Amino acid sequence: MIEINITKRIKTYKGWEDLNINTQFETGKITRITGPSGVGKTTLLKILAGLVTPNQGVIKFNGELWFDAKTKFSRRIQERNVGFVFQDYALFPNMTVEEHLKYGTKDIAYIDQLLAIGAMESFRQHLPGKLSGGQQQRLAILRALSTKPALLLMDESFSALDKKLKSNLLAQLMALFAAQGITVLLVTHNEGELEGESGVYNMEE
Amino acid sequence: MDFEPIFLSLKLALITTAILLVLGIPVAYWLSGKSTMPKILVEALITMPLVLPPSVLGFYLLLAFSPNNGFGKWLHDHLNLQLVFSFEGLVLASIIYSLPFMISPVKSAFGHLPGNLAQASYTMGKTRWQTLIHILLPNIKASIYTAAVLTFAHTLGEFGVVLMIGGNIPGVTKVASIAIYDSVETMDYTSANHYALMLFAITFVIVLAVFIFNKKAVKNPFE
Repeated sequence: MIEINITKRIKTYKGWEDLNINTQFETGKITRITGPSGVGKTTLLKILAGLVTPNQGVIKFNGELWFDAKTKFSRRIQERNVGFVFQDYALFPNMTVEEHLKYGTKDIAYIDQLLAIGAMESFRQHLPGKLSGGQQQRLAILRALSTKPALLLMDESFSALDKKLKSNLLAQLMALFAAQGITVLLVTHNEGELEGESGVYNMEE
Repeated sequence: MDFEPIFLSLKLALITTAILLVLGIPVAYWLSGKSTMPKILVEALITMPLVLPPSVLGFYLLLAFSPNNGFGKWLHDHLNLQLVFSFEGLVLASIIYSLPFMISPVKSAFGHLPGNLAQASYTMGKTRWQTLIHILLPNIKASIYTAAVLTFAHTLGEFGVVLMIGGNIPGVTKVASIAIYDSVETMDYTSANHYALMLFAITFVIVLAVFIFNKKAVKNPFE
C-alpha cells in the first residue's frame, strides 16, 4: 500500500495554492490518475519519485517511510526504486536505444525482452533524434522498466502511440507488470486507457 | 628568429587549459545548480577578470605572490616556491585570469540542459556523479570544447597580467606577447611582426578548427 498524506505549495495560473493529497494506492496494481489540467497530477508523481519535496505530511510505501516533513526525512530518489516515464520522455540525446536500457540494467536477456515488448529490436543503435515520436515514447517506457522498479510512474505515457501498437504494447506491459508485481500509477486524460484493468484516483480542483 | 617565446606561450596555454578543465567543470556544475547567495558571490568574483583591467589584477597578484607578503611569504617559507617572476607564477595568474572563459560557457551549457535529463538518471538509481559523467557532460561536449579553446586562445594572447607577474625573463616568463612588446620597444619590427604573425596564425587555426568541429561532429541530436 502507498499511503500518502501531504501538502505541497504549488504555483498555478491562479497564484500559489496548496495541493492536498490524502489517499492510498494499492501496490501491485494499476491506478489511473485523472483530473483537469493543472490540478497537480504530474506533481503527485514527482513527489512520489522524490523529485519534488512536499511542505508537510508523510509518505509510506508498503510500510516503509519515504518521507516525513516533521523529521525532515526523505528517502533518496535513487533508493526508492521507482521508474518514471516523463511526459516529454527526457531521453538522453547521447545514448542509443540499447545504451538507454544498458544504463538501467546489465541483464542482456532482459534488454532483449524489453526491446521485443516495445517492438524496438531493429532500432537498437538509433539515437533518440532518429526515432519517431511514438518510438521515443516507447523507449521512455522501456527505459523506466529497465531497472525493474517496484513503482512505475507514467505521465501521459501512451499519448503518441497509434491504436494498434498501443493495444499490443499494453497487453505485453500488463503481463510484465503482473510478472514483476509492479505498482503502476498512470496519469492520463484518456478515459478508456486501461479501463477495467485498473483503479482510478480522480484529482479535483 | 627565437622560437622560445612561442613554445613558452603554447606551454603556458596548454597547462592553464588542462588545469582549468579539471577545476572549471566541477565549479561550473556547482554554479549551475539552484542559485544561492554564496554562488552569486563566487560567480561575481570569477567574472571579475573579464571587466578588470589586466594591470589591476596583475598588480594585486604581484602583491599577493610577493615573498614579502603573507601568501607569497608562506609559499616561500613552507614550499620554497617563488611565484613572482617565475613560470609557476604565470600559470597561477593565467588560471585566475582565464577562469571566466572556462566556467561561463560550461555553466551556461549545464543551465540549458533540460532538468529532467538528470531527474531521469536519478530515478534510474544513478548518483549525481554518475549522472554528471554519463549524461550531463556528454551532452555539453561542444560547449566544453569551445570553453577549452577560448581559454587556450585567451591565455596565448595574455599580456598585462603576464608582464606584471612574470616580467621579461627569456626562457622563463618571456612569452610571445611579451616578445612582441619587447621587439617593438627595441624598434625590431621584423621580429615583432614574426611573433605577431605566428600568434595570429596559431589562434586562427585553433578557432577555425573548433568551428569546423562544431559544425561536423557535434550535431544537434534532436535534429
